[in-house]
Amino acid sequence: MAKLIAGMGTSHVPGLGAAMDNGKTQEPYWKQLFEGLEPLRAWHRANTPDVNIIVYNDHATEFSLDSYSTFTVGVGENFEPADEGWGPRQVPSMSGYPDLAWHIVESAMAEEFDLAVHASMDLDHGFTVPLSIAYGQPKEWPAAVVPVCVNVIQHPLPTALRCYKLGQAIGRAVASFPEQINVGIWGTGGLSHQLGGERVGVVNPEFDQKFLDNLSRDPLANTRISHTEFMREAGCEGVEMIMWNVMRGALEDDVDEVFRLYHIPVSATAYGAIILENK
Amino acid sequence: MILTDLRGRYQFGFGRFMERDYDDIPGTYPLDSRTYRKGYHVNMFLMSLNDAECRDKFAEDEQAYLDTFRMTEDQKSAVLDRRFLDLLKLGANVYYAFKLISFDRQPPQVMYGQMAEPRLTFDEFQQMMIDGGRPIDGNRSVEEWKDG
Repeated sequence: MAKLIAGMGTSHVPGLGAAMDNGKTQEPYWKQLFEGLEPLRAWHRANTPDVNIIVYNDHATEFSLDSYSTFTVGVGENFEPADEGWGPRQVPSMSGYPDLAWHIVESAMAEEFDLAVHASMDLDHGFTVPLSIAYGQPKEWPAAVVPVCVNVIQHPLPTALRCYKLGQAIGRAVASFPEQINVGIWGTGGLSHQLGGERVGVVNPEFDQKFLDNLSRDPLANTRISHTEFMREAGCEGVEMIMWNVMRGALEDDVDEVFRLYHIPVSATAYGAIILENK
Repeated sequence: MILTDLRGRYQFGFGRFMERDYDDIPGTYPLDSRTYRKGYHVNMFLMSLNDAECRDKFAEDEQAYLDTFRMTEDQKSAVLDRRFLDLLKLGANVYYAFKLISFDRQPPQVMYGQMAEPRLTFDEFQQMMIDGGRPIDGNRSVEEWKDG
């Protein structure tokens, strides 16, 4: 059977990808952050799974006002980096893992999660930047991916609890997948940030650190946060943090926190990362 | 008569239904069903800039390209003038507005600074974030903004 080894949470700020793509990581603005990410990258080198389930959101790239599903699983063989307005990032295309993707869809649907499927969605910075954070700039990505897209930008959004429960369903699906493979799961986006309006630039370190503490030791506390509380306390776009609940729900109740990084600012965002290992 | 009466009730009920508990967060414009309808065409224009061919058409003649979308004149002029805060007030969502600042090959901090209260330059916005960002205290509700 497949084994879920660990979960990672990370922000997905586009500027981070651009800093890597344009060779700016040693500049003063970025240096401290990328040094802080070294242990995360070392962990990924030592713990590369066969597949990463990456819970992400699309930014008006593939999904829009015309058609938006709450949860969409990528079941394709291959995914390309998206042109989201400035040309696609020059990063490798991403290999899917349709057997696992379909198994998750079938298993979760049987548990009454009505998931949409997509075979060819292009993946924007919400997906490719976390890959670059974990794996740097390889010629090919070292692990296949199963994209799980969550609607966190067009209200009504799924609740924080629903995201956690979806994670639990994904965890059960992985546990019942018959191949002997190792699987990782990532939650992306956040932490506190607001990108629009007169209040742009608001961040809330206290809220973020509490969220990270809860993720480690009291994950159900993070399922009781309303969208309004996220938006008020962590900025309009801080509500992306509900995607980390999907990651956390898939893991065991007791986990080992082996990495945490928190850094302000990355562009207009409070950057956060965490790695939680199943025991 | 009956129709008018029903319509009045509908609108009354609808108005209350349209209130949201996050409406008192200051300077904040979530994409919900209200902005969805107000901003549908402007957002679909902005999203079209994902496509290199559309970017070329827009670059060639901004007004002519805008005229192919069913946007209001206010929305069109906000696009032409790059008035980003006005765009949000007219129904655009910030994730869609990114496409326009990217089209201009400008960093997003230019757009953020232009929307900020008070208005900030790129450098000023960058410095505010380096200094720890906009604090949450005093910025949770419109009541706090009225006081301060």
